[in-house]
Amino acid sequence: MNLQIALLLGQDGLTNGAIYALLALALVLVFAVTRVIFIPQGEFVAFGALTLASLQAGKLPGTIWLLLALGTLIAAIEGSLAMRRRQFRRIPVILLVNCGVPLLLAGGLAAISAATLPLPVQVLLALLLVVPLGPMIYRLAYQPVAEASVLVLLIVSVAVHVTLIGIGLLFFGAEGSRTPSFTDVSFEIGDTLLQGQTLLVVVASVVLIIVLYLFFERTLYGKALRATAMNRTGARLMGISGTLAGMLSFTLAASIGAFSGILISPITTIYYDSGFLIGLKGFVGAIIGGLASYPVAAAGAILVGLLESYSSFWASAFKEVIVFTLIIPVLLWRSLKARHVEEE
Amino acid sequence: MTTGNFVARPMGAFATRETTSDEAVPISFTNRRSDCLVHETALVSWAMRPHNDGLPFTGVGSVGKPINQAGETMKTRLSIAGVLAVLAATCAATAQADINVGVTLSATGPAASLGIPEKNTVALLPTTIAGQKVNYIVLDDASDTTTAVKNARKLIAENKVDVIIGSTTSPNSLAMIDVVAEAETPMLAMAASARIIDPMDAKRAWVFKTPQNDAQMATAIVEHMTNNNVKTVAYIGFADAYGEGWWNEFSKIAEVRKIQIVGNERFNRTDTSVTGQVLKILAAKPDAVLVGGAGTPAALPQKSLKEKGYKGIMYQTHGVANADFLRVCGKDCEGTFLPAGPVLVAAQLPNSNPIKKAALEYVDKYEAAHGKGTVSTFGAHAWDAGKLLVNAVPVALKKAQPGTPEFRKALRDALENTKNLTAAHGVFNMSPQDHLGFDQRSRVMVKIDGGSWKLVQ
Repeated sequence: MNLQIALLLGQDGLTNGAIYALLALALVLVFAVTRVIFIPQGEFVAFGALTLASLQAGKLPGTIWLLLALGTLIAAIEGSLAMRRRQFRRIPVILLVNCGVPLLLAGGLAAISAATLPLPVQVLLALLLVVPLGPMIYRLAYQPVAEASVLVLLIVSVAVHVTLIGIGLLFFGAEGSRTPSFTDVSFEIGDTLLQGQTLLVVVASVVLIIVLYLFFERTLYGKALRATAMNRTGARLMGISGTLAGMLSFTLAASIGAFSGILISPITTIYYDSGFLIGLKGFVGAIIGGLASYPVAAAGAILVGLLESYSSFWASAFKEVIVFTLIIPVLLWRSLKARHVEEE
Repeated sequence: MTTGNFVARPMGAFATRETTSDEAVPISFTNRRSDCLVHETALVSWAMRPHNDGLPFTGVGSVGKPINQAGETMKTRLSIAGVLAVLAATCAATAQADINVGVTLSATGPAASLGIPEKNTVALLPTTIAGQKVNYIVLDDASDTTTAVKNARKLIAENKVDVIIGSTTSPNSLAMIDVVAEAETPMLAMAASARIIDPMDAKRAWVFKTPQNDAQMATAIVEHMTNNNVKTVAYIGFADAYGEGWWNEFSKIAEVRKIQIVGNERFNRTDTSVTGQVLKILAAKPDAVLVGGAGTPAALPQKSLKEKGYKGIMYQTHGVANADFLRVCGKDCEGTFLPAGPVLVAAQLPNSNPIKKAALEYVDKYEAAHGKGTVSTFGAHAWDAGKLLVNAVPVALKKAQPGTPEFRKALRDALENTKNLTAAHGVFNMSPQDHLGFDQRSRVMVKIDGGSWKLVQ
């Protein structure tokens, strides 16, 4: 291994690590606020990438049907609740938000050919199609059992994950897709070539992390989320709605996931089931951060990316084994260090 | 996920045969038909029976005499009899020795890109062979070995199939051998590994396969390499049975032909980056690189190699032979060579090649149903399984009735005696030792040129 190879591997590791870091942050966020170990996080990566790919291929992405179906389901549930409580004035709002908006999107997509739109608009459309799935899934799958134990929530997560994988196969088919690069520029540093797209991934991830930091530090909603993460009951007593906090954290997680997918789809081929493994590596990062600390989780995820990259050079057949074995010493160290607290 | 022709079975016909155990329960296969008939006959005779049991019949004659006084009731009785007769007829029709073909394939999971075209192809297979109705019972094994075995047991025990087609992958097919041999049901595998039919033994006597062996394909690649002056080659393959299988075959043949192997790397289907492996290959400076992967994931190493400036010859395996691979790999795959079944370039085959007509028949049929450019070589393996059946079933029918052990034995013998059967992937010439029966005609070298497959002459 010479310096050039080491640099190239490092660059590759950092790029992947940046994506894992974003996912690790989303996982920590969701767990802190709702106690859900969000296994379907990776599916948003795949859905985001594949929705963009099918928009670019001029096809109507299958995600729109999922959006419509979930929207209708939620409208039916919320509508009947509002009827029972005789809050008739809420019904038009419920219908508009859950059915009207997806219908509008579907109509718009059917009317214009998305393949001819400029790339930023396509990205925006893909995000509009995928991100609302986050809060919708929270409303349908998690909100009814929000007070259940971590284990029950984990089981729900597994169910949601398996369902989404199946739906992904149905919508996008078994074969993968790639999207064209956002940028074709590349930089020559020494004798190594730095691709513009990889730089974009790292920069975009850093920007996103800073935005998240500002959101949590400076905005009311961010502070509400932090308060809920610290003490759910206390936050509720202060008038912070647990449901709203859950919805908000799932929206953030879905946007981070979909955005990560859109970022990496020009670098690698994404399949309907790619998301799980990407999400799992983010999870290893999140575990290193004890599912609590954002900076440690991000650093852990970058470590996972680097480890993966260098081990693919030395022992490609054992790459995954090496990456996931990392979790054992980490868990050992954590369990020795941390005081064990029984769940409430 | 079940498609195909379903037989509406009369309720209760199988109620007593349900088994929850995973073990195959020995079941007699013969009395299904009689069972059904006994049922119906009893009911019809009840309706038609002269009732002298003192119900609304006045002035009843002796037993056996037709009753005509109670016209109203008689009519009802008759209409019930009519309904039952129709029921009996349907029952007889379903139970009438249809040929049941059980299919288990990987329509979901990692091998879905192979299993889906196979599933689509099964829907195109003939529904009557030699005047006998053929029912296809299609099950999905989710690319999972345990499920494949379960499906095979289920097809044999519950659906009483005469033959099983499947499964898509080699591990699944290998695991099913014991089950079909135990139940003495012929099986047509759609997976590539030579181990499915080799070494031939008492169990494998029941197993046949339609795809070319990896060894045949690997020989074609090595031949092309020696002809093109390739001295050193690196291999990068899937970290699973497919990549391992190809490595074993390829390294063996390459060694014999004095081609030096300078790299052996692995990657996962779901990997997002293969930079490490690619850099290691580049450092070894091979004349050619062989990628041992299937479907679109095989594009990743090739794209990375091109990106890092690799200029040598690229080889892929026949696992990539579908339109999605071309779509994903794009211009980075121009000039790549791969061995494939002739069906991939059917239209370009010379007219003198007998396979051309058989292959085009499949391509036309598939594309008529699923749109232009959708055909892949994987579906053609299912088609060829159908071809084998169409050829063997009439012979077996002369010896025994479908649904009997004798029929399955006769079908196995007929399959083994397949001679000169031209199918989409080649010409079958089976023998007791060779349950594939393909020769050199079953593979061609193909080059990716201008975003499509070109036959290398």
